[in-house]
Amino acid sequence: MSKYAFYPGCSLESGGIEYGMSSQAVADALGIEFLEVPDWNCCGASSAHMTDHLLSLALPARIMALAETLPVTEIVAPCAACHARFAAVEYELGRDDDLKQKVNSLLERPYTGKVKLRYYIDVFSNPDTLSKIEKKVKKSLKGLKVACYYGCLFVKPPKVMQFVDDPENPQAMDNIVRALGAEPIPWPYKTECCGASLGVTEEDHCTKLCNDILRFARDSGADCIVAACPLCQANLDMRQVTVEKKYGVSYRMPIPFFTQLIGLALGLNPTSLGMKKLFVDPAGILKKVGVA
Amino acid sequence: MGEVNLYQVMDHNRSFTDRVIAESGQDIRQCYQCAKCSGGCPGSTAMDYPPNQIIRMLMLGMKEEVLKSQTIWVCMGCSTCTTRCIRDIDVARVMDTLRQEAIRAGYVDKAKYVLSFNESFLWTVRSFGRLFEAGMAMMNNSKTGNFMKDMQFGLPLMLKGKASMFPHRIKGRREMKNIFDKTIQGGK
Repeated sequence: MSKYAFYPGCSLESGGIEYGMSSQAVADALGIEFLEVPDWNCCGASSAHMTDHLLSLALPARIMALAETLPVTEIVAPCAACHARFAAVEYELGRDDDLKQKVNSLLERPYTGKVKLRYYIDVFSNPDTLSKIEKKVKKSLKGLKVACYYGCLFVKPPKVMQFVDDPENPQAMDNIVRALGAEPIPWPYKTECCGASLGVTEEDHCTKLCNDILRFARDSGADCIVAACPLCQANLDMRQVTVEKKYGVSYRMPIPFFTQLIGLALGLNPTSLGMKKLFVDPAGILKKVGVA
Repeated sequence: MGEVNLYQVMDHNRSFTDRVIAESGQDIRQCYQCAKCSGGCPGSTAMDYPPNQIIRMLMLGMKEEVLKSQTIWVCMGCSTCTTRCIRDIDVARVMDTLRQEAIRAGYVDKAKYVLSFNESFLWTVRSFGRLFEAGMAMMNNSKTGNFMKDMQFGLPLMLKGKASMFPHRIKGRREMKNIFDKTIQGGK
């Protein structure tokens, strides 16, 4: 049984609640154990690393230090933005002992680096789990065309992310989608930024970036865009209303999480996967899968 | 940007350029202006100077122009520039350093909204340990005087059970306060 320290991050308790629900449901079905990091804090996200370098390392380092109290060797963060902050801690503190000491002087429990960061999509796309998924598929997603959208922060910059996947044309999610019987379409916007971090401050530009991604997915023939980051997902899902107003195009493109798609193929109850939490109605996908 | 005497700015601002290189850990002098960073930048159309020009301006010591640019606040930190840089410069990291420098030096005109957002975000993290979105939105809107901002998202989020009215308070709040106090005093 594979066991991981699990860092939900703030999004999985709010805007990305269905990512947390479906992650847990799918993990249970596959015999994967997620142990939540005790008393975890916010990783600080962009706001911290725009403001102060030391702060941007201390916040995620506290979480990784707390993960060291669990009986695990690896930690996962479903949110790409949180994942990127952990990767920064591993990369920078792993190469600079002075910096590590400086960060640790701010923490009650020191970060040693004992618990390693694991690429969240790979928890499901590694060969062992993938063959398990293949065997457990109850409802093949045959006929469903899926645009896999990785966003920027799981794979970029590759040096800091430890080359877990191709930064321009990643494959982990494509492999999962294929194992579910669906067709991952080739398209050029897999890791193009959706601009979520500009949502509050430069909304117009953010809307443009969303429109570009939605348009490319539609023109490539996708029935849905599958996301792996709660910030990208919320942005692409909720902002379709704004895109419609600004560009006069109505995409009605469902944006499920990849864990929701796995759950559907495993025959899990759509409500337990949080399908009703999505803003753009996923009825079309559910119909193709034969659960509605 | 008007006329600039490059010899003079370089002389006046050499220490600034050196500091950016030291703080970011990036040797921007390696840049030979291939401009791949700008070609792939998803923010470049909303910037006043594309990333490759910012790097060149930095090398020339143009501190004011760089720190007053729109560019550093449009950058989303997606790291496409870093990924594609053939000279191994982490351009996104340089942008982070420039934002920190701009805040410290008080060049914040173009960044009013970014800063009030960051301050509101970090205030909830410092106080509760985790982000409290409703509190952040209210604080941000009162700081900017734009009280109805993003209200179209608030109600739908509540209806979907995706926004909480109350913050979650972690146990390690004293430790959080300590981290903030020792990094950015007052936790702003």
